Amino acid sequence: MSTALDPSAISTAIGRLADQIFLAAGGSSVDLIGIRSRGDEVAERVFGILKEKGANVRLGILDISLYRDDYEHLSSNPTLQSSEIDFPVDGSHVVLVDDVIFTGRTIRAALDALFDYGRPAKVDLAVLIDRGHREIPIEPRFVGKTLETDRMDRVDVSLQKTDGKESVEIITQ
Amino acid sequence: MARKDFLDIVSLDRAEIIHLLDQAVPFKDLFTRSVKKVPALKGKTVLMLFYEPSTRTLSSFEVAAKRLSADVTIFDIPHSSVTKGESVRDTIDTLQAMRADYIVVRHRLSGQPAAIARQTNASVINAGDGAHAHPTQALLDAFTLREVYPEMEGRKVVIMGDILHSRVARSTSTILEKLGVEIAFCGPGSLVPQTRFRRFTNYEEAMKWGPDAVYLLRVQKERQDAPFYPSDREYHSVFGITEDRLERINDEGIYVMHPGPINRGVELCDAVLDYERCLISQQVENGIAARMAVLFGLKPQVS
Repeated sequence: MSTALDPSAISTAIGRLADQIFLAAGGSSVDLIGIRSRGDEVAERVFGILKEKGANVRLGILDISLYRDDYEHLSSNPTLQSSEIDFPVDGSHVVLVDDVIFTGRTIRAALDALFDYGRPAKVDLAVLIDRGHREIPIEPRFVGKTLETDRMDRVDVSLQKTDGKESVEIITQ
Repeated sequence: MARKDFLDIVSLDRAEIIHLLDQAVPFKDLFTRSVKKVPALKGKTVLMLFYEPSTRTLSSFEVAAKRLSADVTIFDIPHSSVTKGESVRDTIDTLQAMRADYIVVRHRLSGQPAAIARQTNASVINAGDGAHAHPTQALLDAFTLREVYPEMEGRKVVIMGDILHSRVARSTSTILEKLGVEIAFCGPGSLVPQTRFRRFTNYEEAMKWGPDAVYLLRVQKERQDAPFYPSDREYHSVFGITEDRLERINDEGIYVMHPGPINRGVELCDAVLDYERCLISQQVENGIAARMAVLFGLKPQVS
């Protein structure tokens, strides 16, 4: 096990995400939608920074449990939580936010879920960590930090609000 | 490890019940989206095996299954081979060959869904068996009450009507008891058995007990060969919510529930349906969410 990011590196990566999104938005409105779990916390923190910069930004949370493609392999179905998107996504510029991108399957599911809320004008993807090894053609536009990993490694992200501590660790199998 | 079947409330512990109630919330949230459907059970088959007529429960399960993207087949029993003498067992073998993942069963005999569950790898859900159980009704009732009383512990509910023949009374009282609600049964003496619950045979006395909600049971005209009360009007004046009684219910802020379909002028007067604490239409909507949570939570053993 090795620590890839300490708390200050995590803050830096989140700040980097906020800067990229702020620049890309160029003054127009952006809807950040964080994917449960931990994507919501990353989104919330990015949201806070963008607010301070005076950006026109809204925040939502997406639970994608009902859109996963791997129920068959689980001994019991995942515990659901509510999605919280209290604005219409029709015509909006959505930035999906997640903690880690790996195979890309979570994002595929998140896109399916998002489009059941409406028809956004544009969807971008922001991730705190890109660890590579995609299985489908989905790439993030905004990346906080890129990590070199082995396909079999596990990347564990802990965030203050969700886990009570801050770290990104690579666990070698 | 998830359950295969959902047959009754008695075998669920409090934690499982709370989990199911929590899980129903995000399903209910979906109903306000432009697309109400999710792909969770895409490619799965749900068979509705109804040996007893039902419109509401059947369509509620159908909507629930379809909102989970399952394929739904309704086995129309009164017109099928059952009337030609095919046994339940042979029917199940036929259904097994159809490779259903979920079988929703309603039967006039208590225990029939459990018997079917033992014969099949599919997940079996009891949609009402005899006077035994109606667990998804109980779940939606608990969910509905919990929306108005998030802390259910110590709340009081009177279940009113023909308790003896009612699977709803049995299942709903059981689930509410497990959630810490105090239960009383009220109805004609011959139709209210002695149980561990408080017992009333007089409407006014039951109301003096100070309930937070009154749960009216449907007068089951089709199930009583010999009626236990002289007339609908008589029942209404003795155990129904009349206009006068509604006034008192309103003054005391008591909620009214009913599993449907209602008999106007028997269990309740028309005005109850416009009463602000009448939860009957919420029960219908919540039934879909509760049944989605049940379907989603089970794990068929079909490979």
